[in-house]
Amino acid sequence: MSATAERPAAETATTGETEVMTYREALRLALREEMARDERVFLMGEEVGVFEGAYKVSAGLLEEFGEDRVRDTPIAEEGFVGAGVGAAMLGERPVVEIMTINFLVVAMDQVINHAAKIGAMFGGEVRCPLVIRTPNGAGNQLTAQHSQSFDQWFASTPGLKVVSPATPADAKGLLKAAIRDDDPVLVIENLPIYKQRGEVPLDPEYVVPVGRAQVLREGTDVTLVTHSYATVRALAVAERLASQHGISAEVVDLRSLRPLDVETVAASVSKTNHAVCVEEGWPTYGVTAELAARIQHACFDDLDAPVERVGMAEVPLPYAKNLELAAMPNDERIAGAVLATLGRPSTS
Amino acid sequence: MSVATAPAPDVSDVAALAPEMRRELYETMVLSRVFETETERQYKAARIGGYCHLSSGQEATTVGVVHALQPDDLLVTGYRSHGFALAKGTPPEAVMAELFGREDGCAHGRGGSMHILDVAHGYYGGWGIVAGQLPVATGLALALVRQGKPQAVVCELGDGAVNMGAWHESLNLAALWRLPIVFLVVNNEYGMGTAVSRASAEPELYKRASAYRMHGERVDGDDLDAVIEASERLLGAAREDRMPAVLEAMTYRYRGHSVADAGLAYRTKDEIAEHQAHDPIRRVRQQLREAGVADVELEAIDKRADERVAAAVEFALASAEPDVAQLAAGMHAAGSAEQFARMRPGSPFGELALTFDAGLGA
Repeated sequence: MSATAERPAAETATTGETEVMTYREALRLALREEMARDERVFLMGEEVGVFEGAYKVSAGLLEEFGEDRVRDTPIAEEGFVGAGVGAAMLGERPVVEIMTINFLVVAMDQVINHAAKIGAMFGGEVRCPLVIRTPNGAGNQLTAQHSQSFDQWFASTPGLKVVSPATPADAKGLLKAAIRDDDPVLVIENLPIYKQRGEVPLDPEYVVPVGRAQVLREGTDVTLVTHSYATVRALAVAERLASQHGISAEVVDLRSLRPLDVETVAASVSKTNHAVCVEEGWPTYGVTAELAARIQHACFDDLDAPVERVGMAEVPLPYAKNLELAAMPNDERIAGAVLATLGRPSTS
Repeated sequence: MSVATAPAPDVSDVAALAPEMRRELYETMVLSRVFETETERQYKAARIGGYCHLSSGQEATTVGVVHALQPDDLLVTGYRSHGFALAKGTPPEAVMAELFGREDGCAHGRGGSMHILDVAHGYYGGWGIVAGQLPVATGLALALVRQGKPQAVVCELGDGAVNMGAWHESLNLAALWRLPIVFLVVNNEYGMGTAVSRASAEPELYKRASAYRMHGERVDGDDLDAVIEASERLLGAAREDRMPAVLEAMTYRYRGHSVADAGLAYRTKDEIAEHQAHDPIRRVRQQLREAGVADVELEAIDKRADERVAAAVEFALASAEPDVAQLAAGMHAAGSAEQFARMRPGSPFGELALTFDAGLGA
């Protein structure tokens, strides 16, 4: 058990040595460190070995760790996710890569009916320390079947834990936390963020605790509550709001969807009195719907305006570039929601 | 008699069943039958709820296959699970208490009839989604290989499960990775009420193994010796040569699909009677008689089974109901409560009171 798992959120910004690297490199570093630390950790998925990962997250790991620990699978998500479930039940630490979250739907029976049920349904007699990692996200004209973010399907399922890093440092720290966790954890990565760069602690014990949100930008006028790529968008929008409108926006990055750190969200909203929740997925019954429900309950007396939400337009994502851009929770829509919440005229 | 799609694996001779062992297995078969009969009675008395699937008539398959397992081998099954647990050595008390939804049940009252398990005996569950246990069992076999253990897994499934995608994916993975697993297809002629011939384009189910260049064979699942012989041979090949296989055991369930099904909409009383005429338990009883076991001894065995099941019911009745304050017990690993600690604000009342304050991570 790592001491860092107990570390409070404020201390996750390590004082040790860091290096600037991409989100995908940070994930790879986490995998390499955990595989070196623990023989039980092994990777499994489509193209993770010889091909080095569809998004190159596992590049070099086959060479370093061999076929037993970097295991190419056939295109059979239900089969190999289930194999991960079974291996985990026997004490292994499988890390199963699903090429994108869209394909995890094919394995839904194993995730929801099996992995999520094991602890409770068997009365705690057996555990399932499985990690599934997969990117969500849209924006590359991948169209309706390959552009989805239904993070809430998993986050609403008792028995699962769901984390969703938005920065390279969190990519490392949360993936490591997931691998060390004794429960099934879904790590939702993100396609557009894979190439983003940031400072990443090199300490092999750098672990970001599950269930801890982080205030990535402090502000006083409005709270943007986000996760995954919506966090990247919100940080950019916050800068724009400051320079163009003199609005001070706070950005709370959830980092974990289940458990959800409502405490940090509520503390921020109680300070700014305004909340705009943003997600990449469809907002109806979505992560932002859950946030709105929690915020209105926790911050009822502090709210100066209804909780606002921004998400994907409620259509299967179209191909044409202009339609795709219009459908996504783009900067204009987020900025517009903030201005409306604050009762400011929209000037863009 | 076995019909194989490929030459049988080359494994040393399987020893014939010793008389004393036959008597023991007879006792287990009788225990299983009596247990199921009593279970149905208790269900009708409303002491057992939910879905409840009985295995009366299938005892030679259940007991024979489990007999072929070595102590460290693993077992995974579908939801017709009571008999497997009893054969594996789980006390009838723990199984009956689970059916009663009591704290002393093998899943502490959280699983019920479909989710019996006994990890100490290598039984990794009773699973409720048709074919969902196949990928899980495949993963157990993968873990055995990774851990360098010379053991094997038996994954039980019904005839209905072979039409699911999980069957295909699991057999393919098992063959591709040479995993030590035997897929035991318990063919009792009906998936719920749909006859095998109405559900499977290839009704000789064992033949489907050939699609994966895997050994497959069919055995008379009501013939204890034949089941044991085939199971030991295939498990031996799985352990020693990492050769996965399909074993199709032809048997019949006397009762309906579940206790809620009279079992007569899709088959006749004559058909059931015909199968009961060569009942697997009676076959073994006759063998014991012919081997010189006195009737009085056989009756003593039968009586002991009755007493053990009666004691199991007494035990279950006396066992406490699970503590409501422990509603979420077992769901998450130790230490998880800290992770969930900041989820409280704005959470619905029930969640706050029950999930977070009651047993999380216990």
